Amino acid sequence: MKKKNDAFSRLLDWLENGDQALDTEMEESLSDAFPAEQKSKRKKKAEKRKTVPKNASAPRRAYADTWWYRACAVLICLSLIGLLLFTALRLPEFGTADTLIDSELTEFYVKNTLEETGAVNIVTGIILDYRGFDTLGESHVLFIAVCTVLLMLSVRGEKNEALRLKASEYERHFEPGDDLILRSAARILTPLTLVFGLYIIFNGHLSPGGGFSGGAILGAGLILYQNAFGYEKTERFFTYKTFRWVSVCALLFYSAAKGYHFFTGANHMENGISAGAAGNILSAGLLLPLNFAVGCVVACTMYALYTMFRKGEF
Amino acid sequence: MEALNVILLLFIIVCAVAVAVTKNLLSAVIIFMAQGLVLSVVWILLRSPDLAITEAAVGAGISSILMFAALKKIKAIGGKEEQADEKEK
Repeated sequence: MKKKNDAFSRLLDWLENGDQALDTEMEESLSDAFPAEQKSKRKKKAEKRKTVPKNASAPRRAYADTWWYRACAVLICLSLIGLLLFTALRLPEFGTADTLIDSELTEFYVKNTLEETGAVNIVTGIILDYRGFDTLGESHVLFIAVCTVLLMLSVRGEKNEALRLKASEYERHFEPGDDLILRSAARILTPLTLVFGLYIIFNGHLSPGGGFSGGAILGAGLILYQNAFGYEKTERFFTYKTFRWVSVCALLFYSAAKGYHFFTGANHMENGISAGAAGNILSAGLLLPLNFAVGCVVACTMYALYTMFRKGEF
Repeated sequence: MEALNVILLLFIIVCAVAVAVTKNLLSAVIIFMAQGLVLSVVWILLRSPDLAITEAAVGAGISSILMFAALKKIKAIGGKEEQADEKEK
């Protein structure tokens, strides 16, 4: 059987044969990469593979070739589109002056957010104060996602030492490493990106943005730095330990602050932080540290997801 | 302004269809990235800059990077070594 090389068949192969197919392929690329390891070894392996037929199990069911499968897909898509369009038609008209005049909630937020939370940016006031519990849940969802990825992809503590080294070596080999264009661009862009991310986090209560978007930008900056300068440089300041401590501490701080808030009846918390003058960076009480906590969690999560996908460990 | 809105929305629709239709996964991810960027411009036009920043960072940046990483993991896209292999065959 001729092995097809397009992405879908590779994915299917990977799903069916588990890690085995990937391992052999990885081995092949590694031996390609290091010509010192003579091609004869590779040939032997290839012969071995030829003589031992890969699992000669039942043929794949060609799902995509059955007509009803396609018909169902089209039908479901069309009905979803119809449903969404029907809903969109019933939304209030956008941008007119009297759109939401009958909504007490909107009026309440517009009138009271600045006074009650001290946030000039009403959106942040809502998502971190009035709707703080939702944001807490979101942060935890991100954390759970990264935990799942760690469980699935991490090679840390892998019993098979060879496999672990292989994965790590493989990634290190295929790193761009000394790409001049990437490095020069990253040298300029990384500090700007990181500073912009911090600016968005710390100005979350004053200008558009906040913990989540700022954290995503920070994560993107870290990923850019890692791509340009490699793992060794990144490991000087961001290791598995850093990730663990920063994200767990930030989540615990957020949980403690908001948990206290909600168990005391979701009234406004006496936090001892003076509200400050609206418009200053040091204002809005607890919103600034909360923004920072969310930003830390998101940045760590983004970088961890990326490095897990690439290498399987930090 | 109306015309700009229409053009941007049309671009988004075309991109969305193109992502589904494109056979090459790498191009699909790049088209998806472009769609995310244009969507963030639309958010600005709809006067929600908070959402625009998040969309630009997550939709166009991080999620596409993760998809690239995943494609590399299943070896759908490769480095120079792999292309050289193809030529040998």
